[in-house]
Amino acid sequence: MTAPPDRIAAPAAAPSAHPGTTPQSPTPQSPAPQPSARRRTRAPGAASGQAPVVAAVAVGGALGAAARHAASLLWPAVGAFPWTTLAVNVLGCAVIGAFMVAVTEVWTVHRLLRPFFGTGVLGGFTTFSTYAVDVTSLLADGHARTGLVYLAVTVPAALLAAWGGAAVTRRLASRMRRTPARVRVRVEGLGGPAKAEEGAA
Amino acid sequence: MNWLLVVAGGMVGAPLRYLTDRAVQARHDTGFPWGTLAVNVAGCLVLGLLTGAVAHGAASDSVRLLLGTGFCGALTTYSTFSYETVRLAETGARFLAAANVVVGVVAGLGAALTGAGLADALWA
Repeated sequence: MTAPPDRIAAPAAAPSAHPGTTPQSPTPQSPAPQPSARRRTRAPGAASGQAPVVAAVAVGGALGAAARHAASLLWPAVGAFPWTTLAVNVLGCAVIGAFMVAVTEVWTVHRLLRPFFGTGVLGGFTTFSTYAVDVTSLLADGHARTGLVYLAVTVPAALLAAWGGAAVTRRLASRMRRTPARVRVRVEGLGGPAKAEEGAA
Repeated sequence: MNWLLVVAGGMVGAPLRYLTDRAVQARHDTGFPWGTLAVNVAGCLVLGLLTGAVAHGAASDSVRLLLGTGFCGALTTYSTFSYETVRLAETGARFLAAANVVVGVVAGLGAALTGAGLADALWA
């Protein structure tokens, strides 16, 4: 692994952190006792100072819910099995696995991207309530076998998708990291300070 | 109009999930994702109740789109549930990962059944 240590440490320090929350560990460059003291005195969950993050989650959630609604209109239920909800949930899990690795281990991104896309769009796109209610409805309406298959298939499919999305992205990132490193050495050797300045800007 | 209802519901459900998760996660020190569990269970209860209400003719299709597809759909999440489970497993907390799946699914189904039962009691 050639990633800077702070990027590796970030996800490991908060294994169960909600994808939408900003990283809790302060960056090594800023000692900043003031913000952390302020955070402690402020009521947790208070919207004050959180407004842009909450707004980003709201806009993302609206887009995600609309996309899920669009999927249900484009692919209406055929038979009793809720294929569309299964596909939506599995797709959302694969994307969040890839996205979280990309924004915590590969790139440094704008602080609102994670709440907007991870918590908002993907959280709004996928749904747990429809899954649970569809299972209980199928069981109650005499489709016990379909309900049990749906219940049992969704969990491993979703977990495998989230894990696979993360694993594939990690692999691609490590491959990309190796190639540009070699190219960069060559460019720096030929280009000199002009190139370096351009990259820093 | 239907789209507006879904969008409006999603616009409230997703930030409510975010704020609930933050409030819940700030109140304990364990690695267990209680916040996501809380919103998922709450959403299952509301959607179970709403689905029962629609079945008994007590709620319209517009209410279903606003509160069901929009609000409950965005309040609950499968992506965060899966991602947090994978993170727990990756960091060695295998028991917590398994517990998260079992508790999440069982509590979600229980909440959906409870909501449906409430709807039967109220409108049947």
